[in-house]
Amino acid sequence: MADLLFTLAALVAALAFALAAWRFVKGPRATDRVVAFDALTIISVTGIVLAALITGRSIYLDVALIYALLSFLGVIVAARYLEGGEE
Amino acid sequence: MILEGVLDTLGALSLLGGTVFLALGGLGLVRMPDVYNRIQAGTKATTLGTLLVLLGAALIVPSWSIKLLLIMLFLMFTNPLSSQVLARAAHRAGVPPVASKDCLAEDAEDLA
Amino acid sequence: MSDTGTSTQTGLKTGPIAPPLRRLATRLFATLLLFWLMLNGSISPATLFTGVIVAGAIAVFFARDLSFLSGFNLTPEGIGAAFLFIGYFLKELVKANLALATLVLTPSLPISPAIVKVRTRLTDPVGRLLLANAITLTPGTLTCEIRGDHLYVHWVTARDTELDAATAEIVAEFERYLEKMYG
Repeated sequence: MADLLFTLAALVAALAFALAAWRFVKGPRATDRVVAFDALTIISVTGIVLAALITGRSIYLDVALIYALLSFLGVIVAARYLEGGEE
Repeated sequence: MILEGVLDTLGALSLLGGTVFLALGGLGLVRMPDVYNRIQAGTKATTLGTLLVLLGAALIVPSWSIKLLLIMLFLMFTNPLSSQVLARAAHRAGVPPVASKDCLAEDAEDLA
Repeated sequence: MSDTGTSTQTGLKTGPIAPPLRRLATRLFATLLLFWLMLNGSISPATLFTGVIVAGAIAVFFARDLSFLSGFNLTPEGIGAAFLFIGYFLKELVKANLALATLVLTPSLPISPAIVKVRTRLTDPVGRLLLANAITLTPGTLTCEIRGDHLYVHWVTARDTELDAATAEIVAEFERYLEKMYG
């Protein structure tokens, strides 16, 4: 029972990723892409935690934490850059 | 043994619920008409979704809960923050909101 | 409110240091050490030793610049308000997501967005940051900009765009707790 729910969760997360990726590709503005990128990285953090659960290795939790930290910094830098103006 | 099974099932349910919210956030990103509404949909759903997934993981593997709590706290702080910075950047870059009223644009002259 | 104690072993005793700075250093030291221990998930002597040395050094050298905890009202009332704040915040977060879910799943997408202006009485920067974050994660609202005493909030289903009404609806409840935490 728990295993089935587990597989289902991974599939739904993949769907979330695909939806956000659609917005990333579609745009139309740079800000839309950065918003989609922000969502993608957070969904990835979820994916990394799922990977930690599947493999049973806690080292992936450190990876998730650092990934979250770096993506936050990346989004902040991108936002500061966008403030300069587009088109 | 029974308690463990209950925790496992609860954890898996929390995990599944979290990913459902993530998918709803993704749907919001696709459907919403402008960047501000997309940020709204994106940030709320991904925050609760990730919190539920991490909670689920903590229920399944209790020994990881301290580190998972740390990730939760971190995300609860940074996630809304990056959304706010993005919304501000969009407005300063001149992305027009789909809105009935825009107090920020109205006040822009005397704040400059 | 002289909550020293742990600060003595960080070397802060030497030299005449003004009490506020010493309090900042103590809080910074305690927070850093707690995060270090949580990150390691153990309290072995080696971990503890490294943590005390590094957190102590950072607290001594950067207390003035990393003073993000300085405004917190470290009293039973302030801590109690913090717990109530977190509880209320989590409740609102769930409500926000359910509202968003129904909105996104409705085929006609019934939104009426506006950027409204609200006022805050909070003066502490961290208090304001928490208020802005809380607003962003609660039903239909997103902080876009802070200028002076005013926050500009994007509201997906705006009911009232007038300053006082919007303030009462969006800010008032969170501010009640935050004023006790950062009063």
